[in-house]
Amino acid sequence: MAPPARFQEIIDSESKIEPSDWMPEGYRKTLIRQIAQHAHSEVIGMQPEGNWITRAPSLHRKAILMAKVQDEAGHGLYLYSAAETLGVKRNDLQELLHQGKHKYSSIFNYPTLSWADMGTIGWLVDGAAITNQVMLTRCSYGPYSRAMVRICKEESFHQRQGYELLIRLCQGSEEQKAMAQDAIDRWWWPSLMMFGPNDSDSPHTEQSMAWKIKRVTNDDLRQQFVDMTVPQADYLGLRIPDPDLKWNEERGHYDFGPIDWEEFWRVVRGSGPMNRDRVEHKKRAWDEGTWVREAASAHAAKQQRRAA
Amino acid sequence: MTYDVPVAPGEKAELEERVEGSSEGWPMWEVFVRARRGISHVHIGSLHAPDARTALQNARDVYTRRGEGVSVWVVPSSEVSAFEPEAAAEYVDANEKVYRLATTYEIPEEVGQM
Repeated sequence: MAPPARFQEIIDSESKIEPSDWMPEGYRKTLIRQIAQHAHSEVIGMQPEGNWITRAPSLHRKAILMAKVQDEAGHGLYLYSAAETLGVKRNDLQELLHQGKHKYSSIFNYPTLSWADMGTIGWLVDGAAITNQVMLTRCSYGPYSRAMVRICKEESFHQRQGYELLIRLCQGSEEQKAMAQDAIDRWWWPSLMMFGPNDSDSPHTEQSMAWKIKRVTNDDLRQQFVDMTVPQADYLGLRIPDPDLKWNEERGHYDFGPIDWEEFWRVVRGSGPMNRDRVEHKKRAWDEGTWVREAASAHAAKQQRRAA
Repeated sequence: MTYDVPVAPGEKAELEERVEGSSEGWPMWEVFVRARRGISHVHIGSLHAPDARTALQNARDVYTRRGEGVSVWVVPSSEVSAFEPEAAAEYVDANEKVYRLATTYEIPEEVGQM
């Protein structure tokens, strides 16, 4: 069978494409772009929460936050590894991020202003990420799909600790509850934007769905997320900042108001509150870690000489 | 959340990966983990490290933080040789030799379970 026909047969039969298989150049490049953006998002995503580690209100919460940030570093590693199976080098991908030629999820270009943001990020941001990543476990590319299975297991901890943190705040003083409300007011709309443009403005969705890289469209995932999240907000006694939000009996879904796509594109293009800081911090961390990498290489070389 | 890179109206998706100023980095290692006694090591992922010892330390930190394993192997990725019977199927079709399969032999019912 000719390689392109074999590729299509594997896709059609819900089997997985593996690194040594023939694949269309567009499939390979789309995956590299997507997996790299996903990996960069995990790595940059350490910063908004890293911001609160030294100010966590208890040792218990500090340990949780450190474990979560460590997970995100690990997720970045799984994903860069998946990208490397497609013939790119991790250092090249990272360099593209440093040079501003690669992007990461825009959600991380918003600042974390209060402790309640730690709970809200876990609940909403990681909740949105899980919605997408559960879908990606069914992605047609084997290494990406496998990385997603591992990541989803760990993300569940991220979301649950965040929601529990908010339960505690909402059961606390009036000030604590107000802090939680302020956090959801700031994070709700950016969380909905995480699913990307409406399907009508998403030119690559059709091809990605045909290749089974993507299994559900942006708008369907967003709807799924809203339906899942509204009752959780109700339980907390928090108000979702959308006057148009209401249950639609006929559709069996929540209706919600229009998204400010101008804000979305503004942040994607680099004018969010934290874009410049995030990349500068990432580059600084890499530069300041140079001596650690050099020392590890020197130590490895020394051990090898001694063993010889 | 979507990880396919959003393309703004009027912009073209940039698919090239040309990079200047990137360093080579450490070699890659494949990581195998035995989840519990009595079962084989299974491939779980890969990582970069300057030597085997560091690779093992990193593997422990990255892949066994939640009790996923009782034993870890690391192997330099460059040392893995591979063969894929699936790709060679047009030359050697294992399914032609059905006499190798236990289910091709009919045993009378009265003989019982075999």
